[in-house]
Amino acid sequence: MAFGVLGAVATIAQMALLSKVVDRVFLDGESLGQVGTLLLLLLGAIVLRSGLLWLREISAQRGAIYVKSELRKQLFTHLMHLGPGYTKGERTGELVTTAVEGIERLDAYVGRYLPQMVLSALIPLLVAAYVLPFDWISAALLLVSAPAIPVLMVLVGSHAEKRMKRQWSSLSRMSAHFLDVLQGLSTIKAFGRGAAEREKVAKVSEDFRERTLEVLRYAFLSGFVLEFVATLSIALVAVALGVRLLIGSIAFAPAFLVLLLAPEFFRPLRELGVHRHTGMEGKAAAERIFEILDTPAPVSSGPAEVTSLGGRLEIELGDVEYTYPESGQPALSGINLTLPAGSCTALVGRSGAGKSTLVNLLMRFVDSEHGRISANGIPIADFPVEIWRENLALVPQRPYLFYGTVLENIRLARPEATREEVERAAELAGATEFIGRLPQGYDTGIGERGVRLSGGEAQRLAIARAFLKDAPMLIMDESTSSLDPESERLIGDALEVLMRDRTVLVIAHRLNTIYRADQIAVLDGGCLVETGTHAELIQSGGPYARLVDTYNRTPA
Amino acid sequence: MRVLLRLLGFLGVHRWQVALAVVLGVVMMASNLGLLSVAAYLIAASALQYGLSQLTLSMFLVQIFGISRAAFRYLERLISHNVTFKLLSSLRTWLYGRLEPLYPARLLEHRTGDLLSRIVKDVEELENIYLRAFSPVVVAVAISTLTCIVLYVFDPLLAFVTLGFLALSGVGVPLLVSVLARRLGRRELELRAELNVQIVDGIQGVQDLLALGQASGQQRKIEDLGHKLGRVQKRMASITGLHSTLNDLTMNLAMLAILFLAIPLVNEGGIPGVYLAFLALLVLGSFEAVQPLGTAFQFLGRSLHAGERLFEVSDAEPQVTYPYEPLPPPRSHTLEFDRVSFRYGEDEAPVLTDVSFKVEPGSRVAIVGPSGSGKSTIASLALRFWDPTDGEVRLGGYSLPGYAEEDLRNAIGVAAQDTHLFNQTLRDNLLLARPAASDSEVESAVEKARLGEFVSSLPRGLDTPLGEQGLRLSGGERQRVAVARALLRDAPVLILDEPTANLDPSTEHELLAAVYEQTPGRATLIITHRLVHMERMDEILVLEAGRIVERGTHQTLLDNNGSYKRMIDVQNQLLLATV
Ligand SMILES: Nc1ncnc2c1ncn2[C@@H]1O[C@H](COP(=O)(O)OP(=O)(O)O)[C@@H](O)[C@H]1O
Ligand SMILES: Nc1ncnc2c1ncn2[C@@H]1O[C@H](COP(=O)(O)OP(=O)(O)O)[C@@H](O)[C@H]1O
Ligand SMILES: [Mg+2]
Repeated sequence: MAFGVLGAVATIAQMALLSKVVDRVFLDGESLGQVGTLLLLLLGAIVLRSGLLWLREISAQRGAIYVKSELRKQLFTHLMHLGPGYTKGERTGELVTTAVEGIERLDAYVGRYLPQMVLSALIPLLVAAYVLPFDWISAALLLVSAPAIPVLMVLVGSHAEKRMKRQWSSLSRMSAHFLDVLQGLSTIKAFGRGAAEREKVAKVSEDFRERTLEVLRYAFLSGFVLEFVATLSIALVAVALGVRLLIGSIAFAPAFLVLLLAPEFFRPLRELGVHRHTGMEGKAAAERIFEILDTPAPVSSGPAEVTSLGGRLEIELGDVEYTYPESGQPALSGINLTLPAGSCTALVGRSGAGKSTLVNLLMRFVDSEHGRISANGIPIADFPVEIWRENLALVPQRPYLFYGTVLENIRLARPEATREEVERAAELAGATEFIGRLPQGYDTGIGERGVRLSGGEAQRLAIARAFLKDAPMLIMDESTSSLDPESERLIGDALEVLMRDRTVLVIAHRLNTIYRADQIAVLDGGCLVETGTHAELIQSGGPYARLVDTYNRTPA
Repeated sequence: MRVLLRLLGFLGVHRWQVALAVVLGVVMMASNLGLLSVAAYLIAASALQYGLSQLTLSMFLVQIFGISRAAFRYLERLISHNVTFKLLSSLRTWLYGRLEPLYPARLLEHRTGDLLSRIVKDVEELENIYLRAFSPVVVAVAISTLTCIVLYVFDPLLAFVTLGFLALSGVGVPLLVSVLARRLGRRELELRAELNVQIVDGIQGVQDLLALGQASGQQRKIEDLGHKLGRVQKRMASITGLHSTLNDLTMNLAMLAILFLAIPLVNEGGIPGVYLAFLALLVLGSFEAVQPLGTAFQFLGRSLHAGERLFEVSDAEPQVTYPYEPLPPPRSHTLEFDRVSFRYGEDEAPVLTDVSFKVEPGSRVAIVGPSGSGKSTIASLALRFWDPTDGEVRLGGYSLPGYAEEDLRNAIGVAAQDTHLFNQTLRDNLLLARPAASDSEVESAVEKARLGEFVSSLPRGLDTPLGEQGLRLSGGERQRVAVARALLRDAPVLILDEPTANLDPSTEHELLAAVYEQTPGRATLIITHRLVHMERMDEILVLEAGRIVERGTHQTLLDNNGSYKRMIDVQNQLLLATV
């Protein structure tokens, strides 16, 4: 910004010299030799002014670039803290647009608009202060007309700002729509919705165009008003000068200088108008960015002292209750359950009973507000989240596979693992055979979200991750549903090995997984209705027994 | 260059508006020139005490130029932006239209985050070409010519010198800048696209990243990309700085040179002194027309690369194309695979080998086999997502490539293994299968897919938004939505891919029973590794490593004592161990 002001000083000097040269040649008839020094000084001012301009450009951008990359990092880190509970309710395309395009837009706000605000106040004052001593009339004319510009700009701008927000949300909507559609192309095609979708895409892009033009119309209008006032007042100053020259109340040199300086007086204000538009775009994006950053994370990190739990893990849930923020009734309540170290607990219940919620609590994707969950007697909330999760291996129902090779995908569970360890894990998960069939084996790219794998193959990679992670506690959410009985039996033995000496929680629908558990916990409507072994529960004739009964009566 | 011409070709439709914008631009710049130079003349003339009558004209001109500059700028911007954004919007629609037929074969090599970047950001990038690289060039040429003509009247030398400086600023600087920035612009786009990709992965894979303790790894990746992008942008900023500086310098040096040349002429009386100020400001003013070219050309490389990225996708030839003169819609609906062999790519292992079967209307055929044996691939071939490498898939007696896409789609209803749920309400997600379906039809499909209880547990029933990819639904619920869609579609051929993998046995049983109830008269193909209800199948195909190793009814296969029997035994073992 200092460069901006210095640049303005150099400009004033340049204009003063120019007017002097023209004056001497024009009125005094001086020759090239006589104005030579002045011309040299003029050259000096010109070079200085250009140099300062360069410095100003660079310094403005540097600051903005730093701000952007810091903010992007913070935003993404915070999204990770917010976790799956938050992102499932948002639109990925919108979040991505905010994190990439939104942050880029801050450029204009931070790098251009904010500094320009200051400059547009300082430089006109500087110019006016310079003109005032020798031509107070023009100075007054300029100073009177100048405030009209910001006032008009704000008047027009306040309408534009509302529309700017609409434009931003329209852009977000468009991106979210495109991403959703791109990821769902197979479904769209399978149902022959191609033509209908094209229309929808056209509608969404048209909406964005209209919103953009709406904003631009205001921006141009405000630009027009600004130009109009500026040119009008320059013209006014020029005409007034002409008249005063005629009646001889001002000399040529100062009059010409004022004429040269008048556009410089308005230049920063005109630039403000230009940057204001892009700056407001940045502001609309910034609001969304800070809205995300201000969303409180669902879990807080505990004090960092507790680091390790040793090899075995006993989990105890006491009176645990959880209600999703936007939902009225608790998804889980009054849960009292112990998962003894080295034992296997099967969690049973119909869909919506709260099984996944319990997993989310154990994984600390969310924290319960009532009751306590402790591991070996220490509340899990006391651990830093990352440290806690090191103790758990999760095999989700729909594992997310990253674009990359088979090797990279398994290795994600333990990045420092050697290739041999990865191969061993794959073997235990029964994945060796299909990996062997891939064109480049472990180094075959599996495409986005594992598109080139069959459902069962993807599940086996997720199981291989769990083998590789080798954590004291294992949570499996329907992890063998896509496997045929043969493969299930094959890896069943390996899973048995994996489960040994570990605390295991399995969510299962199939009896064959359930009956082997040391303990079966039956959930219904968020409450724990029964716990016990298969034999005990069958004997007691409760909900579990009834469930088994229906299973057995179902023809296989 | 070819890319540029192709991109400019899109302007053709709007040529009159473009021409209007150019004319307005020239008038606006000319007014600007007039305003500054006439004002200078006015003052000089006043200083010489010219008569008032002589001055009024120039006073009047000053006012006129002042107003017209603002007004024409406003109009010019309005029209040029209008055209540009119309163009961008239609480019997006056009690009989507080109993308869709490429799925799946040609699109799998691209990542959706990257495609998103192309369709949103790269298209927007073209704005630079349409707004800043085309019409401003024409305006700059016109204004330069005008200035030089005026100067020529005073002295040819002045005109040539000014022309030299204008060329330096309007051609030399842009060329320099575009050479310096060429690689950077390309890099910037790629980094942005990569950032998109990584953030999509980070957000959609957040659960696995957190569970595996790899969130910080992803954070680092993104931070790294951010730094790389920052470095590119810093260098871009230096270039921006460089060209504004060079422009400013040339402009002022040009003015200085004109003074240097004109002063002797004034001394000698070749030019009246009163015009000296006029000349200086005329020259200064003319540069305003050529200066925008620097910015345009700095980002030209980036815009052209954006264009290339668009054409890269839009020029790809779909692997599956539909005929111009298709057969009439199929009248009978027998789905038939005739010695079909298939591999996904040249260097891939064969997935299906010599597969033949027939599903007649009213019959049910099951394809069973271990996961990875190629069952879902059969469904993809029936939908003509791919064409077989060998053999033919036929519908109603004719090979699939003979039919129009629409007729083919109308004939087949499918419940895919991993269906995509859109971020809309459950109802909209179901209606996708048949937009014209009535409420009661939707409800009956929901009932048959055993979703009734689930729907009534939702806060707003069928009108509950499902959220991103329907991630809040459990695997079993998703599958049932897929089945409900297929039932609602009510097509003559029904394909169900693993409809019950995530269901408990009693729900599985109910759902299958409901499906059979609906399917008399339909050709039904059930793909599954769950060997239930097999006695109700007209034919069972046992697929192993892409070959049909056994076929027959449940009973004959049991009697065969082959693979099928073994599979049944394993499944029963798993179950029987229970009781
Ligand atoms: N993100 C969420 N926001 C609000 N309610 C939710 C959310 N996730 C789940 N629920 C509700 O909480 C209850 C328990 O769900 P869940 O734990 O997913 O059940 P299950 O895994 O047993 O199928 C259900 O009523 C479900 O609708
Ligand atoms: N797009 C693809 N590119 C290459 N190979 C693929 C692709 N999709 C599936 N495959 C491979 O084809 C085989 C069969 O897959 P699939 O038909 O999905 O099996 P199933 O449905 O029987 O489990 C698998 O080995 C899988 O890895
Ligand atoms: Mg499959």
